Amino acid sequence: MIKALLARLKQGYRTMDFPAADLRLPPRGLGRPELSGRLEKAAAACPYSAITAGADPVLDLGKCVFCGACAAADPAGVSFTRDHRLCSSRREDLAVKGSVLKRADALGTELRGIFGRSFRLRQVSAGGCNACEADCNVLGTPAWDMGRFGIQFVASPRHADGILVTGPVTKNMELALRKTYDAVSSPKVVIACGACAIGGGPYAGHDECVGIPKDIPVDLYIPGCPPHPMTILDGLLRLLGRID
Amino acid sequence: MKTENLSSFDMPAADMDPALFFETAASRLGAGGRTLAYFAVPEGPEHRLVMAIGFDREGRVEVYSCRAAGPSFRALTPSFPQLHLFEREIFEQSGLKPEGHPWLKPIRFNTPGAVPGVADFFTVHGSQVHEVAVGPVHAGVIEPGHFRFQCHGEKVFHLEIMLGYQHRGVERRLSAGPDARSLHYAETLAGDTTAGHVWAYCSALEALAGVNVPPRAQVLRGIMLELERLANHTGDLGALAGDVAFLPTANFCGRLRGDFLNMTALVCGNRFGRNMFRPGGVNFDLDFALIKELRLRLQDTFRGVENAVGLLWETGSVADRFEDTGVVSRETAEGLGLVGPAARASGVPLDTRRNFPYGPYEDFTVSVSGSGDVYSRAYVRWLEIQKSAELVAGWLDALPEGPLAADCGPLRPDSAAVALTEGWRGQICHFALTGPDGRLRHYKVVDPSFHNWQGLAMALRGGEISDFPLCNKSFNLSYCGRDL
Repeated sequence: MIKALLARLKQGYRTMDFPAADLRLPPRGLGRPELSGRLEKAAAACPYSAITAGADPVLDLGKCVFCGACAAADPAGVSFTRDHRLCSSRREDLAVKGSVLKRADALGTELRGIFGRSFRLRQVSAGGCNACEADCNVLGTPAWDMGRFGIQFVASPRHADGILVTGPVTKNMELALRKTYDAVSSPKVVIACGACAIGGGPYAGHDECVGIPKDIPVDLYIPGCPPHPMTILDGLLRLLGRID
Repeated sequence: MKTENLSSFDMPAADMDPALFFETAASRLGAGGRTLAYFAVPEGPEHRLVMAIGFDREGRVEVYSCRAAGPSFRALTPSFPQLHLFEREIFEQSGLKPEGHPWLKPIRFNTPGAVPGVADFFTVHGSQVHEVAVGPVHAGVIEPGHFRFQCHGEKVFHLEIMLGYQHRGVERRLSAGPDARSLHYAETLAGDTTAGHVWAYCSALEALAGVNVPPRAQVLRGIMLELERLANHTGDLGALAGDVAFLPTANFCGRLRGDFLNMTALVCGNRFGRNMFRPGGVNFDLDFALIKELRLRLQDTFRGVENAVGLLWETGSVADRFEDTGVVSRETAEGLGLVGPAARASGVPLDTRRNFPYGPYEDFTVSVSGSGDVYSRAYVRWLEIQKSAELVAGWLDALPEGPLAADCGPLRPDSAAVALTEGWRGQICHFALTGPDGRLRHYKVVDPSFHNWQGLAMALRGGEISDFPLCNKSFNLSYCGRDL
């Protein structure tokens, strides 16, 4: 017992302030992109057709896996900032124009009244590579301590206020995803976490993947491959109206 | 035919008469060989069977191949259980039937009409026997899989593991490469093993292109792979502590794992090591300031892990739950062809870094522990953490000078290459074949989990069902790496 207490003393208090003004992705990290020029070279370099070139070029964060191929091909056209705040409420809001990204809105007053201070999510892993799951898990560690905001992942969909989906939704997981969604009582929230869940990610266009079914409405999109834990937590707190 | 890790060879030279193929395969496996890969390659309307066998002590790789004559072939699983999943995979992918396979059923449910999880299960009969079914969606933030237990009270007679939910068609797309997405596929074969898999992928291409990777790039790759191992092993030890309700280590290791991931992100911008590797070398360099920063962080984080993990070995309640739980004997481990920490914890001295050295690894000493239980699988991880920290520290102190990458030119036509690396879960095998046009004709990925899932099933046999989470975590296998 005494050794555990001494260890606790040595390990120290590690919970970071969140949100904090100086939170940034690491120096080589790829966050919110900023665009200029027509981006023809950048568009040609993207393996996922995430960039539409032209007079008003657009980069769709929902398709982007943050590989940096566009910035390497067209360094003057695309630059990735270290800004981790990438989440949006609508699919179309993920389209970055210039340096503008429409960030996620809070849920309506009524839903915020229900979920605002206690928000339980069932995570559904549906065909990805397990990196998104790892960065969701990490939010439960003392460094992030998501629980302090009243947010928690739970085992049963019956105990959940919503689902957080990762992965491109394989054909083999389609039914399980639907059953899990149905098992959550209404009103409920759906979160698409990571490039795969939003638009297929690296697996976009594969016959083996079907995506989140159209009749399951998504309330929050969290781009990234995988999203940084900062990005996920920022999105969840915006959804709950805890960050403006 | 004889070859070695990371050298290309002419594929036609491996061709044999079908009868001789099965005879040779059986005699080589009987002589102590271990299956690295066994798969069918489409060849016009027919198929070709290809087997790669590793001889660990000698560090030798042998490849045999034959044209599949007829709609079926001779199953070798009855004599060599390590082949069971390979033969099922061949059956599912090519339709070639392994005659005499004792439990032939789908593994990924990706053929027309297949419904995931719907197949025969082993059953045990008796008035007080009951069945417990778990998954595909199961407790925790974890990948999907279905587990079926045959129990008598708490006691597990048998566990059958049914996966395939993560199948997203990535191996098939790799086979059509190389193209702009190939590297991303390799990076996401198992997202927590990015460095392990992408290194194997790059090595296969480099072997086929005849490229020598510069020493600085080799060492930088080594740093990425060992940081990946440090992060995952630390996370696993924390999770094992969590599963026996020993919260101090669980909490400390959760944070420390993140510190290792953040070191990886410092190098390449991504916590999982994405965007670092490319065929021919690496994309990011370390300057003096970054080396200094990494050295400080490594020292600090390692001390934290030493402190957190030390508690495990000194706490009676932890030892009580770890010891004699989920025992896998050395005989079983060798029979099933287990790899990685799971094998080394059962006394099998196999580590690619030792047996099939590559990149910057020289004179590597393998960490082995013998009891085959959860304790042993935990302890091996701690031994490996120490080793990895020592390797990274040494490399940071003596980073070779020179370029970051060599040009990786066109691939040799009609050739093949076997690439082995030691990911944190164990040996990763990539087998690449090129066609006459110098593009890939087939690409086979064998994640360590493909070998090891059956090890978990055996660990549960005769144990208690309440020990399942602990046993499962002690293996911590990949669903997506197996399902591909």
